[in-house]
Amino acid sequence: MQFDRIREKLNILADAAKYDVSCSSSGSTRKNEGKGLGNSHTSGICHTYTEDGRCVSLLKILLTNHCIYDCLFCVSRKSNDVKRAAFSVDEVVELTMNFYRRNYIEGLFLSSGIFKNADFTMERLLLVCKKLRLEQNYNGYIHLKTIPGASDELIKEAGLYADRMSINLEMPTEAGLKLLAPEKSHNDVIKPLSFVQQNIKQFAADKKLIKHVPKFVPAGQSTQMVIGATPESDKDIMYTANTFYKNFSLKRVYYSGYVPISNDSRMPVLGTQPPLLRENRLYQTDWLMRFYGFKVQEILNDANPNLDVDIDPKLSWAIRNMQHFPIDINKADYKMILRIPGIGVMSAQKIVQARKFGKLRIDQLKKIGVAYNRAKHFITCADSPYQLKDYQGTQIKAFILADSQSKYIKTDSNQLILF
Amino acid sequence: MTYIFDGSFPGLLTAVFEHFERKAAKVKLKAATVFQPEAFSEHLYVITDSEKADRVWTGLQKKIKRDWIRKFYCSYLSEIAEAYDHLFQFAIYIFQNEAGAESNYGNDHVIALSKYAKSVEREKHRMEAFIRFQHTADGIFYTGVDPDFNVLPLISNHFKNRYADQQWIIYDLKRKYGLHYNLDTVEEITIDFSKGTNSKNPDPILLDGKEELYSVLWKDYFKSANIVARKNTKLHIRHVPKRYWKYLTEKQLS
Ligand code: SF4
Repeated sequence: MQFDRIREKLNILADAAKYDVSCSSSGSTRKNEGKGLGNSHTSGICHTYTEDGRCVSLLKILLTNHCIYDCLFCVSRKSNDVKRAAFSVDEVVELTMNFYRRNYIEGLFLSSGIFKNADFTMERLLLVCKKLRLEQNYNGYIHLKTIPGASDELIKEAGLYADRMSINLEMPTEAGLKLLAPEKSHNDVIKPLSFVQQNIKQFAADKKLIKHVPKFVPAGQSTQMVIGATPESDKDIMYTANTFYKNFSLKRVYYSGYVPISNDSRMPVLGTQPPLLRENRLYQTDWLMRFYGFKVQEILNDANPNLDVDIDPKLSWAIRNMQHFPIDINKADYKMILRIPGIGVMSAQKIVQARKFGKLRIDQLKKIGVAYNRAKHFITCADSPYQLKDYQGTQIKAFILADSQSKYIKTDSNQLILF
Repeated sequence: MTYIFDGSFPGLLTAVFEHFERKAAKVKLKAATVFQPEAFSEHLYVITDSEKADRVWTGLQKKIKRDWIRKFYCSYLSEIAEAYDHLFQFAIYIFQNEAGAESNYGNDHVIALSKYAKSVEREKHRMEAFIRFQHTADGIFYTGVDPDFNVLPLISNHFKNRYADQQWIIYDLKRKYGLHYNLDTVEEITIDFSKGTNSKNPDPILLDGKEELYSVLWKDYFKSANIVARKNTKLHIRHVPKRYWKYLTEKQLS
């Protein structure tokens, strides 16, 4: 390897890849067979965190940032004046192997600008995967970008070597996408997403009948939407997310606050802060849908098209729906306990186990991990103090905000917590 | 009444055995290393007995689910002085109650163990994440660590399965023992560092020629992956507490 040249390429091609926020290395079960190198960890491992607080688990690079398209939101677009570079297939393989051996990474996230045409690009990506798997006996994680417009054969073959595949919606609505990338359409994404999904199903079905069926995209598919580049509401964004989760059994939808990269009248100007708090609220909503049994329509609807800024969406829902509260910790269904602000999945599970041994008291709830100062407005337990009056949702919100001043008022874009 | 044990895992289990043998009323358990005799308190030195320990261990395995066996062992590895007494009381509580008693999160010892185990598992996970191997001239991938808890027994399998085709050493500098994977099995080793020039890292002269190149590339990558407009130091430090920075290649100045 020519060291200085590799160094320059890595800088350019890692820099261009970083706006894809997916970092997950989870969901695969690939084992290290035949004493090769690597395996996957079911829940993934974040090996380090960048100074912006994002997890680094994969070597995330573009094969090249040359691109024949001109999507306005993308640093690699044709008309942008940036340095261009391209890795050779062997260079990517060597970097991946050597980073992996030192426990720097869980694996490779390989994407690319589109050079020549979709198939030519997809073929190169496929070649990297094949070399890693077949020549290097590498069993670490591979996240591969599906190149829109690539042929079914190439996509299907890639699925035999990748753990996860993804393809980005980019903008939450077709109208938004058309505004910034007239050459593109959500259909370019839907077609390969559903093709891969069908194959995942087919392989799973075959597996029931035949013993040795190879793995096919074992960690499933994901997508990403850019937030704040176009004027969609939170409702638009989350309804799109919900549809894609449902229709394509996606493992994850990522929301990436737009970081301005150029001055164009159609988008936020350079220097505009990326909408990090909004991004965080969207992720919270995503979690409520996936792990807390909420329907997206309960959180966002025509009356509430945008998420509250000052409080998280679970608390928002609760104070809009005070008719469900207070909930008796010692009697309520697990499903309802999950909906109480200040109680997470782990605490809810512990509560339903522990209450079999006797009615739970406040001090026990605190030890279990309930954020009692928040939850107390919504629950009763064995020794709850007698409530003289029913508070309105708005009053409770005021109490909680006063109580957690430091946490919420100061919640600017620099301090983000999930729940 | 206080029982004093030698700090070993079988020692702890033996203490549980002795308790049921002697049917003493209120007993506390302490490790010999931290025990300071108090004038009027009664105490008993527990003599570790592997047979008695085995009986207690088998008994526990019959009574509590596997994830709780793991929590029990992890709590022991925390090496926290108070954890030993909680383990002791927990075992007694389990043997005195019907099966399933471990899910009583209203019980102090149950909660205590689940917290110790959580901290130890987190440290284990951090070691799996933050360890950085350096390739030495004799072909071994080496790292030295000093984890808050004694987690080497917990991470051994992970590294063995993952790095099956390379020799590696993970050395606990605080507890002065390490693991060496020799392409076949993992052996416990001790290294005499007094001869070396640097006890934290292997002597740089002994590193493989390419080691420096890859560490530079990795540091470059770490910088490139950062989005300056999103800088969030608080979050960064919450994920990677400063005490782990010494492990991280990307955090070393070049
Ligand atoms: S096709 Fe992809 S790489 Fe090319 S400009 Fe559009 S988003 Fe960027």
